[in-house]
Amino acid sequence: MATALSRKDFVSDQEVRWCPGCGDYAILAQVQRIMPEFGIPREKIVFVSGIGCSSRFPYYMNTYGFHTIHGRAPAIATGLKVTRPDLDVWVVTGDGDGLSIGGNHLIHALRRNVDFKILLFNNRIYGLTKGQYSPTSEVGKVTKSTPAGSVDFPFNPITVALGSSATFVCRTVDVEQKHLGEMLKRAHQHRGASFVEILQNCNIFNDGAFNELSDKQIKADHQLVLEHGKPLIFGKNKDKGIRMNVQRAEVVQLGNGVTEKDLVVHDETNLSLAFMLANFEAPLPTPVGVFYATSRPTYDGAMNKQLADAKAKSGTGDLQELLNRGDTWKVN
Amino acid sequence: MALPPEAAGHAAESSGLRGGSAHKAGQRRDSVVIRFAGDSGDGMQLAGMQFTAESALAGNDIATLPDFPAEIRAPAGTIAGVSGFQVNFSSNEVFTAGDEPTVLVAMNPAALKANLDDVPPNGVIIVDKEAFSEANIKRAGYTSNPLNDHSLDKYQVFQVDVTKLTTTALHDTGLNNRAVFRCRNLFVLGMISWLYQRPIESTVRWLEGRFKKTPDLLNANVKALRAGYNYGETTEMFASSYEVPPARIVPGTYRNITGNTATALGFVAASVRSGRPLFLGSYPITPASDVLHDLASLKNFEVYTFQAEDEIAGVASAIGAAFGGAIAITTTSGPGMNLKAEAVGLAVKTELPLVITDIQRAGPSTGMPTKPEQADLLQAMYGRHGESPIPIIAASTPADCFDCAYEAVRIAIKYMTPVILMTDGQLANGAEPWPLPDANKLPEIKVEFRTDPNGFMPYIRDPETLSRPWAIPGTPGLEHRIGGLSSEDQTGNVSYSPANNELMVRTRARKIAGIAREIPPTTVFGDQNGGDLVVLGWGSTYGSIREAVKQIREKGKSVSHIHLRYLNPLPSDLESQLRKFKKVMVAEMNMGQLLKLVRADYLIDAIGCNKIQGRPFKVSELTSRISRVLEG
Repeated sequence: MATALSRKDFVSDQEVRWCPGCGDYAILAQVQRIMPEFGIPREKIVFVSGIGCSSRFPYYMNTYGFHTIHGRAPAIATGLKVTRPDLDVWVVTGDGDGLSIGGNHLIHALRRNVDFKILLFNNRIYGLTKGQYSPTSEVGKVTKSTPAGSVDFPFNPITVALGSSATFVCRTVDVEQKHLGEMLKRAHQHRGASFVEILQNCNIFNDGAFNELSDKQIKADHQLVLEHGKPLIFGKNKDKGIRMNVQRAEVVQLGNGVTEKDLVVHDETNLSLAFMLANFEAPLPTPVGVFYATSRPTYDGAMNKQLADAKAKSGTGDLQELLNRGDTWKVN
Repeated sequence: MALPPEAAGHAAESSGLRGGSAHKAGQRRDSVVIRFAGDSGDGMQLAGMQFTAESALAGNDIATLPDFPAEIRAPAGTIAGVSGFQVNFSSNEVFTAGDEPTVLVAMNPAALKANLDDVPPNGVIIVDKEAFSEANIKRAGYTSNPLNDHSLDKYQVFQVDVTKLTTTALHDTGLNNRAVFRCRNLFVLGMISWLYQRPIESTVRWLEGRFKKTPDLLNANVKALRAGYNYGETTEMFASSYEVPPARIVPGTYRNITGNTATALGFVAASVRSGRPLFLGSYPITPASDVLHDLASLKNFEVYTFQAEDEIAGVASAIGAAFGGAIAITTTSGPGMNLKAEAVGLAVKTELPLVITDIQRAGPSTGMPTKPEQADLLQAMYGRHGESPIPIIAASTPADCFDCAYEAVRIAIKYMTPVILMTDGQLANGAEPWPLPDANKLPEIKVEFRTDPNGFMPYIRDPETLSRPWAIPGTPGLEHRIGGLSSEDQTGNVSYSPANNELMVRTRARKIAGIAREIPPTTVFGDQNGGDLVVLGWGSTYGSIREAVKQIREKGKSVSHIHLRYLNPLPSDLESQLRKFKKVMVAEMNMGQLLKLVRADYLIDAIGCNKIQGRPFKVSELTSRISRVLEG
């Protein structure tokens, strides 16, 4: 490979046009920063997106990019990845694009385990269409389209991904640059569909939706950072933990006889644990990190293997022989 | 439909078994139309297809028309469950599967009732006598047994104990009654094969392939086939057998092919000749699924088939594959076309090569999924948001699907555009003999990916074709972004400039209109210098129109036929050709869609001839309409 790339090699010549203060800037910066670490030449990288604020992302990456139509990015990326397994494919989507109009494509891409990264920017609102509630907005949300409050029960992106048999599921926060970088790295390492929920602040239509997780004063008491093999501990003073009480998780204060040994140890390979963590609600903290990671053959890999096996078995197809197949007869 | 011009002289004369009792051994017939009809579980499609294959091997010209029920297995014995297969085989050139069967094989009362109206007086009806039980008669809606109540007196009815004879023939096979019952179609096939002097060896070979892993079923099926054949020979039921001599066909090697298989092969051929892998993204839908099935088994040809989660993902995945440099196709029928429309618009805007195949069926909505129609033409033309012209190519016969699929890929790549290929349920499942093409002589399909970064921009254009470069990911120095947003000329950068938007819309329209440069001159069957009437058609109506026009011309009338393959853009000489005629009639299986285009584009006061019954035009329907138009 040629000389190592730097962050600015991944910055395109296009002016970034998100609203000032949008969480998308932080995500873009971190993605551009992390890309050189992967050591993949720019021409081998493709960003595919749908429609929405997040989906402008490819224009700002100096790689190959395809800004497609609403919700369809996972399907378009599937066709690309299957026929071009040599490419490093990233799907960028949002809570509306990925979970509403494109929900069907998202769940099928995850269950098939197509080898690409899906970055879902979740701001719990429709930004580009100016402020309607989204499939991740909470019940009671007052927006332009729900003046009396939303009566729509929201999706939890993590449980949707787990329920779709995704092989890699994680969550991070736009402003948590270090954690975001780690999650992107883990997602990139994974073979198969990697699902990364990025909690992202829309400062225009849903400002502060994730304050508990991004406000430095309070976040430590609300955020549970998942680390494989480590006990579930959180809190400003690292003095709170998660313990099982019969079959339910509860928050316990460490000390007074409660030690780390009493706490749940995170295991990324435990699907039941992943589901339990994904469903944490206050007073339980909000987990971030890798919920679940497992290994399963990829769709694109399996399909290309079928093609290779067919060629190994029958030889590369001969067109004339194919045309002449079946019962033929000669007319003189 | 592959006769030398001099042999294409007179219309096929339907005769078949007609002639009452004066049968002699090996009587000669020019042309016979047989319709096999039974319950959908009776294997009539199989019997029909195999009889067709035998006839093709015997050197006849053939055309077939299957008629499936929409339900997979409607209640046994009911009209809704009747499945039919009609084959026209002849020593002359045939253009259609025939208006009416000269022989109807009816495996039960429902099959008789559903098809009787089409049988001409004195036509032959062969029935499985035992299937006319009281229950079956009732289920078909008869109040009395039609075999006994003289309602069939005007036909020649042959009552054969098919069930009993099959059971007897298979008594020592050890198969249960159900399995034996399912061999009845082979018995009938054997009997009809004898009747028309078709060798059954090709069917035996076919059975050997199909039942490779179940020798007991192979044995039973072959036994039933031979039993039927021998029954014909030894019984005195049929006074004679019939000979339909080979047609005078253009020399060459032939195979029998359905439209869907021809479509699949056309795509594979285009892929092989272009040196690029083939990707099909598709969601199962009648009558298009067979293209998916056919392609799924050709993996060693570098064929990727992706059974998508829905119609949208079918086309979307193909767009992704096209972006990556594959020969990308999607296949569907009318309802799927609706769902794909937005994504097709993206392919128009991003100018990516893609073939969308619409194997039309009768609508609206779910309509009659197994029946043909041509009512998607205006959808193909205009069924997208914004100004998004797309080349449209329509196949006219089952074998023509091969050429059209190939041509659709060629145009898509040369002009960097989605192309819509239109066939229909009749072409998809109908079959005809196909002279095998020489793979090396197929037109060139040149794929030239852009590799030079020097001066590269995603929307710079070839000065002649106006196509943009195909610059695929993986090419160093060509990293770029495309998308659905309006984009600047040449650079492709997002642009909301009003003037630029108009420029790009008009440029894309000019690109598509420019394809007319390479459309061959319009051929006129009939009066080259004009005349009283020209019938204009497109798609699967080819055979019916050609046959009807021939018949009227034989009466000395001035009627001609123009059949279109290219529907967008239309051939540049079409208007001048049409203007040579006093009257223009557009015959199509819709309410007048091509008619609208002709009237709008040329201001020609054309008239329509339309049918929306999910059935092809009968030749007789067209001849009577043409005669009336000629008269005034």
